[in-house]
Amino acid sequence: MTATATRPAGSGAGDLSEVARSEAALRTFLHGLPGVDEVGAQARAAMLGTRSIKTSSKAWAIDQAIGMIDLTTLEGADTPGKVRALSTKALRPDSEDPSCPPVAAVCVYPAMVPVAAPILDGTGVHLASVATAFPSGQAPLPVKLEDTRAAVAAGADEIDMVINRGAFLSGRYREVFDEIAAVKETAGPAHLKVILETGELATYDNVRRASWLAMLAGADFIKTSTGKVAPAATLPVTLVMLEAVRDFRVATGRQVGVKPAGGIRTSKDAIKYLVLVNETAGEDWLHPDFFRLGASSLLNDLLMQRTKLKTGRYEGPDYFTLD
Amino acid sequence: MPTESTSVSGSGRLAVRKTYKLFIGGAFPRSESGRSYAVTSSGGDFLANAALASRKDARDAVRAARGAFGKWSAATAYNRGQILYRVAEMLEGRRAQFIDEVSLSEGGDAASTVDAAIDLWVWYAGWSDKITQVYGNANPVAGPFFNLSSPEPTGVVGLVAPQESPLLGLVATLAPIIVTGNTAVVLAAEDRPLPAITLAEVLATSDLPGGVVNLLTGRVAETAPWLASHMDVNGLDLAGVTDPALAADLEAAAADNLKRVVRPGATPVDWHADPGVGRMTPFLETKTVWHPKGV
Repeated sequence: MTATATRPAGSGAGDLSEVARSEAALRTFLHGLPGVDEVGAQARAAMLGTRSIKTSSKAWAIDQAIGMIDLTTLEGADTPGKVRALSTKALRPDSEDPSCPPVAAVCVYPAMVPVAAPILDGTGVHLASVATAFPSGQAPLPVKLEDTRAAVAAGADEIDMVINRGAFLSGRYREVFDEIAAVKETAGPAHLKVILETGELATYDNVRRASWLAMLAGADFIKTSTGKVAPAATLPVTLVMLEAVRDFRVATGRQVGVKPAGGIRTSKDAIKYLVLVNETAGEDWLHPDFFRLGASSLLNDLLMQRTKLKTGRYEGPDYFTLD
Repeated sequence: MPTESTSVSGSGRLAVRKTYKLFIGGAFPRSESGRSYAVTSSGGDFLANAALASRKDARDAVRAARGAFGKWSAATAYNRGQILYRVAEMLEGRRAQFIDEVSLSEGGDAASTVDAAIDLWVWYAGWSDKITQVYGNANPVAGPFFNLSSPEPTGVVGLVAPQESPLLGLVATLAPIIVTGNTAVVLAAEDRPLPAITLAEVLATSDLPGGVVNLLTGRVAETAPWLASHMDVNGLDLAGVTDPALAADLEAAAADNLKRVVRPGATPVDWHADPGVGRMTPFLETKTVWHPKGV
């Protein structure tokens, strides 16, 4: 085990409310978090990735992964027709097999929320919308809040916001904190996922700091990436974030979810993430309320693997929908 | 143990012996399963260990073939012909090695077999920009339309290569599949795979895009059913299936996604004979377009 307790020294359960009282206090707290053992994190993630998951365990993992997918389309070329098709697919991913579980949520741009909302309403499949000037986050705060407000008003019950990486990287943590808190307040009852865009954070230490910062500011989920920056989600980065949510629960009693997004395309990848969750944060996180996979092409690969387990023959993409 | 062909006698050098591997996506990996099997000469002497492909190797090979299909099928016929002719040039350069291997595996007049294989490859290379003229057509229709039919490649084709003729038989079945723009997953002759692997080395150095031809060595009865049932394989050539019951099973499995199937010949095929176009057409689809013309 390379797991390091990142609980700050001297703090008991629940008394983290004071760390954000000033820029200086926040900086002291975030820079007081223990550094990440980079080589250790990579080695552990690689080691967990070699677990062999077969037959009935694989079938369970595939269904579990399908139920954790945020089925995503975030393209400039998105049309109402495409979003409608995607939403319908989210409800019943495999049109030939009713035993296939629905996905966890559909994730679209705010302009497409009104299209997806009537299809998903009352089905138990959530409707997530990116907001706050996704993917760059480079817009004035009032614009970001209006973006959020519009998405919630149109029917989104989950908001995926991006943090202000420019502010974070130049050390203006309080500004990032306030923005997240403001968006959280604006989002109201909608669940808030905070995208750290780990591909732009440069170090694992920064990933750990950003994770804690987002959780302190009120995030319900921390998410790796927008999917627009390479590298997107990687196993070691997700490991660091899972350690953060685990330690945050120990420190505060509040359980925050994790969502790797971008670059997860195969069933094998998805299963590696499930192993990582189970071995790092624990079984409590193996639930769509606390772990999601942001993906689009992954779903078809899971469906093909699922059908392969059922029929005993290899499947081809010709027999599954395009998106 | 080293044989006369692999050790250098008297010079004091250590023999540099070759590891015969699979050919998937332009690379030469070992079998995913880590297995291998002994290959012997027609006289029973040990020749080499070859990789024993598993179903996952077959799956990887199909994935590589599917990935290569878009570019290869969209290449101009002229370009495909050039590349195939280049393959023939490389075959010619390795003539001596092929003669060695063919004579060890099937015996007989190896030199004439290798020459026939090279000539046949050149012959098929020439067909690349001619098959459309022979199998395409401008159809007379009652209306103001140009009506044009043209042959198009089917997709990924699985090939069980002939068992008794590991080089000439392979060329005679593989070349017609790829010349028209299909990509192939080949199960080489089970007991005589060495010339096939050397052919793969030729293909790897001939500008043929990686994945157009993927070659597996191993047991036909083990891997062929996975190709036959694979839903992303569009055609199946059973030339080298010697067991009639297995051939029937494979054909039944292939029916699930309506693969185009070429059955094994009822009588032994003479690979030296003029092949005609009969092996190119089974893996072609006909596309017909109606184009309006003025009055």
